[in-house]
This record gives sequence, C-alpha cells and structure tokens, in this order.
Amino acid sequence: MSVLSVNVEKQLGALDLSVRFEAARGATALFGSSGAGKTSVVNMIAGLLTPDRGSIALDDTVLFDAAAGINVPPYQRRIGYVFQEGRLFPHLSVRQNLDYGRRMSRRAPDASAFARVVALLEIGPLLDRRPRMLSGGERQRVAVGRALLMRPRLLLLDEPLASLGVVHKREILPYLVRLRDDAGVPMVYVSHTAAELRRIATNVVRLDAGRVTAAGGVELLDEADGDALG
Amino acid sequence: MLNLSPAEWTAIELSLRIAIVATACALPFGIAVGWLLARKNFWGKTALDGLVHLPLVLPPVVTGYLLLISFGRKGPIGAFLDEYFGIVFSFRWTGAALASAVMGFPLMVRPIRLALEAIDRRLEDAAATLGANHLLVFLTITLPLALPGTIAGVVLCFARALGEFGATITFVSNIPGETQTISAAIYTFIQVPGGDAAAAGLVLIAIVLALAALIASEWLARRAAIRFHGE
Repeated sequence: MSVLSVNVEKQLGALDLSVRFEAARGATALFGSSGAGKTSVVNMIAGLLTPDRGSIALDDTVLFDAAAGINVPPYQRRIGYVFQEGRLFPHLSVRQNLDYGRRMSRRAPDASAFARVVALLEIGPLLDRRPRMLSGGERQRVAVGRALLMRPRLLLLDEPLASLGVVHKREILPYLVRLRDDAGVPMVYVSHTAAELRRIATNVVRLDAGRVTAAGGVELLDEADGDALG
Repeated sequence: MLNLSPAEWTAIELSLRIAIVATACALPFGIAVGWLLARKNFWGKTALDGLVHLPLVLPPVVTGYLLLISFGRKGPIGAFLDEYFGIVFSFRWTGAALASAVMGFPLMVRPIRLALEAIDRRLEDAAATLGANHLLVFLTITLPLALPGTIAGVVLCFARALGEFGATITFVSNIPGETQTISAAIYTFIQVPGGDAAAAGLVLIAIVLALAALIASEWLARRAAIRFHGE
C-alpha cells in the first residue's frame, strides 16, 4: 500500500521538474546527483514550495491538488522535516527546540514520548544547551528529535548527514536506522551518496535532471556506483 | 548635591514621560513599518521609506510646522481625533510626545528593519513545518531573533525623544508644566542674561540621562547576545 503519492511539475529556472512516484512505508530514498531537483521535491511535499501542476497525497489526505485548488499550508501538514543544516532555533535551548512542535500545535506535554525520543537519540545531556554549543552530529540528532516529537505522519530527511564529517556520519546513521525500525514513521530520505542510502533505504527513487529515471528496490543503488554518484 | 527647583523637576519628569510614551507608542508602528520595508514589495514602498526618513533630513522646525497644520486643533487629523476620540495634541504634553515619536521614528525603524533582513528565513520555514502558522512564526521566531535590533531602535528613539527640541517647540510651544521639557527649559534659561548657572543643573541631568540610556542599551544588547549564543 502506498503512503505517499507525488505527481508534480514545476519550472525552476533552467530545470524542468516533472516527478511522479509512490512511496510505501519504510524509508524511500530519493537518490540523484546534485541539481537533480531532490530538495525541490521534498520542499513541495512539505508545502514550502508550490508546484505549478499536479498533486500530492499522503495516506488518504490530499495535500496539494492544482486542478482542485487545494494547497494545505505547511503548518497543517504534520510532516516532519530534517534539514541539511539542522535549522535549530538559535534563541531556544535544545529542550525548547524539541518542544516547539508540541507547543505550536497546543498539545499537552507528553513526558513519556519526550523521554523516548531523548533516549532513542541519546540527547539527554544536551537538553539545556543552546544550539551554538552543539557539535554538528549533536545538532542533527536534535533536529531529528524535534521533527519526531511533532508526531509526524511522514518524515522528510534532506541530506541530513551532508554537513557532517565521516566520524559524525557513522555516529548518526545507526540512530536513523533505529528510527526507521522502531518509530514506524514513513521516511523520504534524500541523498546523493549510495553508501549512506544502502544502510537506510528500503526502496529507491532515482532522479536525474528533474525526471524519475528509475524506481524500485535498493539494487538500484548498485547500478549507480559506476556513475560516480557514490 | 543638585539644587533643582520644583519647576526643573517638573521639566525632568515631563521629559521622561514624553520620551517613554513616545517610544512605547512608536514601537508597534516601528516593528510594522520595519517588517513591511524588510519583507514586502508593494506599490509606494519607496514613498513610505522616504516619508519615514523625512524627519531625519527636514529642518525640525518644518516637521513641527507640518505637525501643527495637520495635528493642530484646526488641522484635518487633529480636528478628527478631537471630535471622535477626544485626543488633543496642540499645546499639550501629548503633542510633545507625538513630535518626539515622529522625530525618533526613523532611528527606530532602521535597526529593526536591518535586524529583520538579517534573519535566516529558512528558520521560519522550519517553524512552519513544525506547525506554527504565520502569526506564531512571527511571535516565536522572527520577533525574538530581531530583538537586538529592536532594542537598538528603542534606545535610539528614546534618546532622540528625550532631546527633541525644534519640532516640539514649534508644534506645542514651551509651556512650563505642560510642554516645557529639559531642552526647552535649558533654552529658556539661557535666553536670560546670567541664566547659565540655572541651566547647569539641567545640562548635567541631560548628560546623565543620555549616558544611562546608552549603558542600558549596551547591557540589554549583551544580555540578548548571551541568550542567543549561549556564552
């Protein structure tokens, strides 16, 4: 059963983006070289970028439908987004960052959910720090926790490891795998690194110059190794 | 230490009241205009920008005169406010506050606008994905991040309002106990031969108040920086 269905077109400067794919539960890798339009697709799913034409649906909710004039604003989509640069709020502590989504949707505090995510990502000792005082790896773990604690229906991860060194990459990947297996939230994971995706992806959508060129299982990543994408 | 007459204390109290009221009333408008100029493109933006900065380049006497003919009892805006809201500016301390606010406004808007322009808009996108609507994004992300610039704008406007002279005296004259601020009182003293000694106390007070405003702004800015950067 497909969870997410994307069928969008948009002219982005010289790039003529036309992308159509379905994503099932598990982690769907959006894979391709830089400039292929991966981030734009993810931004459209999140509602931060409006497609020219097409539709986006999550479970049985239509998030966007150009023909029907439907465009659910990002703050009502309940889609967690982990950005490449973390984008933690610099004026808030780690704890306040983690709590932000709950406060904005006016839900009552849920101490057990909070404790579970903090334990999963092992960010307990960081709670009272400011984002400035965190290492790159810690920052991305907090960013993942913040997105998880808003109880997302879907989690978007846009090159969450790209800004990290090798050591931090190795540090974070196990958490993401744990997340995929334990939290049960479907994920769309954007990367141009085959090795990273091999660890996390359950299915793969390959994007080239704004078009889907292949969709299927993780074996698609092996073919890509020869293309100097890895 | 300072041997000030009751009239001088009145001038000091009046100056502070005028400056505080002027700054407080200007602040919401300063944030709104700073936000419009930083974030929006609209027809007449250049005109609004020019209008806001006009008091900075116009002779204060001209600004005061323009206030007089528009906000005076017989002026179009003044007559309207008097009739429907009972608000009178002419020859009242409220008029002095209006003149001070208008003169301080460009100094307030500029740092607020710069602070808003410097904010990473991607943080606002992140807040939106976390469920914050436009108003909540503004209140919880935009405004706190623009706080240092807002503090700078408030202090500059306050200092300008405290020292405002030309526009105020043109608009609401120099009435002891109503519109005679520290500046106007000093001016009155030194118009009289041998009044220098009498003016000295107020001059000292003016210096102390200006320094206090500067120190307060430094302190507030440092606290805001510590909140943001956790040092």
